[in-house]
Amino acid sequence: MTLLLQAVDLYCERDERPLVENLNLRVESGHIYQVEGPNGSGKTTLLRVLCGISSRFRGELLWRGESMSTQRNSYLSELLYIGHSSGVKTALTPRENLVWHAAITGFFGNVAEEIVSEALDRVGLYGFEDVPCYALSAGQQRRVSLARLFIGNMSLWILDEPFTAIDKQGVAELEIWIGEFAERGGAVILTTHHELGINHLVQHVRLGD
Amino acid sequence: MDDLNSSIARAAQPGNKAGEQPSISVKAAFLATLRRDLLMAYRRRGDFINPLAFFLIVCSLFPLSVGPNPQLLSLLAPGILWVVALLACLLSSDTMFRNDFDDGSLEQMILSPVSLYVQVTAKTLAHWLLTGFPLMLLSPLLALLLQLPSTGVIALMTSLAVGTATLSFIGAIGAALTVGLRKGGLLLSLIILPLYIPVLIFGVSSVQSATNGSDYMGQLAILGAFLALAITLSPLAIAASVRISVDN
Repeated sequence: MTLLLQAVDLYCERDERPLVENLNLRVESGHIYQVEGPNGSGKTTLLRVLCGISSRFRGELLWRGESMSTQRNSYLSELLYIGHSSGVKTALTPRENLVWHAAITGFFGNVAEEIVSEALDRVGLYGFEDVPCYALSAGQQRRVSLARLFIGNMSLWILDEPFTAIDKQGVAELEIWIGEFAERGGAVILTTHHELGINHLVQHVRLGD
Repeated sequence: MDDLNSSIARAAQPGNKAGEQPSISVKAAFLATLRRDLLMAYRRRGDFINPLAFFLIVCSLFPLSVGPNPQLLSLLAPGILWVVALLACLLSSDTMFRNDFDDGSLEQMILSPVSLYVQVTAKTLAHWLLTGFPLMLLSPLLALLLQLPSTGVIALMTSLAVGTATLSFIGAIGAALTVGLRKGGLLLSLIILPLYIPVLIFGVSSVQSATNGSDYMGQLAILGAFLALAITLSPLAIAASVRISVDN
């Protein structure tokens, strides 16, 4: 059990409406943190603050016990964030999309090709590697961005509504991947309105009460 | 930290390449971003042809509107060619980061361990290869149409090549600043047009000198200096603007 990310006395607001107040969060390896709350309660805002895209907060973020401002590079090399918008270019094929993601994660050349093929295979897009993404269904496009879970060796996943648009079997698979990742010593922060089937590892973070 | 990584690596399936530690390669990330942008443009050829069509159409309208008098046209040609090339660059720079902003790629670029400086430089280079470079290749044809004396053609092409690259870098700053705004078009022009002016002045002046048969290396050297400044400094501004636009 290692302490990864820590938020101390976090306060965020949007349009002068406080969303998160006095939040203290300790993200430890081997756990899954489910952020819950009604629509508009600031779940996405919180995730964007935690992953460092948004600077509109007060309080402090620590990565492995040290201030985020000094640890940002090491944090980014261990963080995987999948947001609302998928980061998938519809004009490109799943393989081309992921080869780019692999390159900016630090994989290139033949290694990247192998990793990408393996990742596409795992998310069930075998046979669709070279079809342009605009010809894929919404669920398949979601799977293209979820394939990034298998690119790189991260220790923290931050997933914003990862279950959107995927089918029942996909939901079950994704739950297994998340569970396995946590058991291997990773940590997951996610938002979803759906009850996870891997309850023993899940801790709940309530917003908007 | 090492303990955790190695434990994850051990747990990864044998032969699973994804379990290997990545080694950040700036060059590979640069080339991957460049390749992706060029590939996107190739798949959506319509978008990329727009500025070229604009350049071609506007330049070919001038002989029709001011009359086919060769003396008058050759006098106006350097100015017309440069102004229209500049407007074509301005029009195309608006969309530079739009797609990446809408589909979330900019967030991924910010969260990548590769520095944003490298990635935006690659994007800007891709933009130049898709606008400035073809404009330069097309310019001799339009020079002929506008009766530019043949002594000015080499100067036109070199000044456009160097000048439009500077314009791409300047345009990228404005595009990154306004990408978060729904209607940033006019604001973009207001921000970047003043910065375009010096490039325009020296670009036109080099072509005019060349058509008069005098030396134009001085003006080209100044354009080169602008470009050196733009390549080294503007990615800092572009990267900072991207962060500001995504952080909302």
